[in-house]
Amino acid sequence: MSTLFLIQFLNGLQLGVLLFLLAAGLTLVFGIMDFVNLAHGSLYMVGAFFCATLTFWTGSFVWAALLAIPLTALVGLVLEIGVIRHLYQRDHLDHVLATFGFILIADTLVHLIWGPEGIAIPLPGYLRGQVEVLPGIIFPTFRLVIIGSGLLVAFGLYWLIGRTRLGMLIRAGASNRTMVSALGIDIKTLFTAVFALGAVLAGLAGMLIAPITEATIGMGNDIIITAFVVIIVGGIGSMKGAFIGALLIGLIDTLGRSFLDDILKLFIPINAAETAGPAISSMLIYLIMAAVLAFRPQGLFPPKVR
Amino acid sequence: MSDTASAQLNDHLRVPDFFGSSTGRVVTLVFMAVLLLVPVAAHFLGIRLQLVSLDFITRILCLAIAAVSLNLILGFGGMISFGHAAFIGIGAYCVGIPAYHGYGSAWLHFPLAVVASAAFALITGAISLRTRGVYFIMITMAFAQMGYYFFLSLEEYGGDDGLTIYSRSVFGIIDIEDKMVLFLLTYACLVAAIYSVYRIVNSRFGMVVRGCNSNEARMKALGYNTYAYKLTAYVIAGGMCGLAGALLGNFTTFISPDMMSWSRSGELMFMVILGGTGSLFGPVFGAVTFVFIEELLSSFTTYWALPFGILLILSVLFIKGGLNGLIQRGWKRD
Repeated sequence: MSTLFLIQFLNGLQLGVLLFLLAAGLTLVFGIMDFVNLAHGSLYMVGAFFCATLTFWTGSFVWAALLAIPLTALVGLVLEIGVIRHLYQRDHLDHVLATFGFILIADTLVHLIWGPEGIAIPLPGYLRGQVEVLPGIIFPTFRLVIIGSGLLVAFGLYWLIGRTRLGMLIRAGASNRTMVSALGIDIKTLFTAVFALGAVLAGLAGMLIAPITEATIGMGNDIIITAFVVIIVGGIGSMKGAFIGALLIGLIDTLGRSFLDDILKLFIPINAAETAGPAISSMLIYLIMAAVLAFRPQGLFPPKVR
Repeated sequence: MSDTASAQLNDHLRVPDFFGSSTGRVVTLVFMAVLLLVPVAAHFLGIRLQLVSLDFITRILCLAIAAVSLNLILGFGGMISFGHAAFIGIGAYCVGIPAYHGYGSAWLHFPLAVVASAAFALITGAISLRTRGVYFIMITMAFAQMGYYFFLSLEEYGGDDGLTIYSRSVFGIIDIEDKMVLFLLTYACLVAAIYSVYRIVNSRFGMVVRGCNSNEARMKALGYNTYAYKLTAYVIAGGMCGLAGALLGNFTTFISPDMMSWSRSGELMFMVILGGTGSLFGPVFGAVTFVFIEELLSSFTTYWALPFGILLILSVLFIKGGLNGLIQRGWKRD
């Protein structure tokens, strides 16, 4: 039980880290541009497909991921300059509808370019194995790599936003756009940079998960809702909220799916627990979200200035 | 306030007549008549064209009822709900699950569909409406996804594979196994739904809900409990959409969690926006146009979603007031 618990804990952490990469981009773009991007999941998918193709071209997953990152940023840039930029002035309803249209376009384009089948990404030998993290607890190396890179990115973002000039502008932009612009900062370029950064984070999440799940069409469309739950729980626009929310949701979802029916069996008849367990655990994160909202409609860590 | 002043205010707030402007009246009446008569005529003349078949139009009518109900909260109430397909799914499962257990009566299915959807709307709405703006969009979306995963996890009722309904709801003398009867029933429900929305938005209650859309702070200052009004509207819309779901479940005789996935909700939203928010017949125009374009494009190419997505974006950006706006202005630019 405790071995299984620790392994599922690590799995939950891995999901949490992926959710953070997605939620960070969403929350940045929303916090600064006040823009709701439903198509964020499409960037996750695009990152995974770029990485898949490049893995076959370069023969190495690591090189492929390193090359796919600037490519995803490029997609983000083109998207922002071409279309998204013209939507900032409109209301949230238009954001939602237009980016919903994007999802259809992105899914079809990927279908056109890469075909309908999912693409498996082979990992190099040194990432394929398993390691003994603690005595008796064996865990796949690559999943540890995901956790590690996610935490590294989280630390990088913390440094970028808290300690650099760009980060200062981002924070200033989130508090008062007009003022930043009045002080002579090119707000358009800042917005483009932030959107591209969000795209890279989403793309990176896609690249990291693709060797486990394959790159498939529409892979971003389910996880993006979970990422929404994360930022709702954490507080929209708050990076700290995104981080804590992501780990919380990742852990609750994974642990709930593994252990909820066992826990229920302690209280209700076994048959009932076996039916109710999967049903409740699949709804668990939404119930958590509802509970958080019932007490704190602004989320756990709402940004200080909005 | 004097009587004349209050009458003027009422005129100002009233939804422009039942059909809208005089051009609008003609176009709307013709449109609704075509929607009724063409499939019936095609059926009796034995025309085998998919686009005018009873089946195809019945599906559109079900979606139109759902769009009309969404318009009540989205168009008139300003509540941007991205989870409306959940009510369709709940309504459909309220037909499927009793039918699976051998309870076939429509007098059980339809009330159950409406009550269950309204109850889901009451619970999720009570939480969602505590928030506003983008939170509300995402939360309604998340609750719908919760419903999706709930039905996905019900192995007993097919889970992912869906559930086949072997016989449609039994109404007694009305036999909806006959597709003509089901079509007429759906058409009648659509007209009833539009008329209910008309009565609701012009009632005192509806005025308050629309007032919340224009300026909620002012409505609060006037002493209205805006939360209760909006929640009531949300519950009404949910119940109405549950009816659409029960009809759709009866029509397709196959239900799956996919009916309530968030892309379905997005499509419903598009129908409402395309048709024109806050108009009575707009959602019907929107639903018909949406499904027709989808059907036409998908008959030409597997990659139909590409031009479709582009069309959707362009329509959002450039058609002001939706199709209904165009019709009311007589295709003139404002």
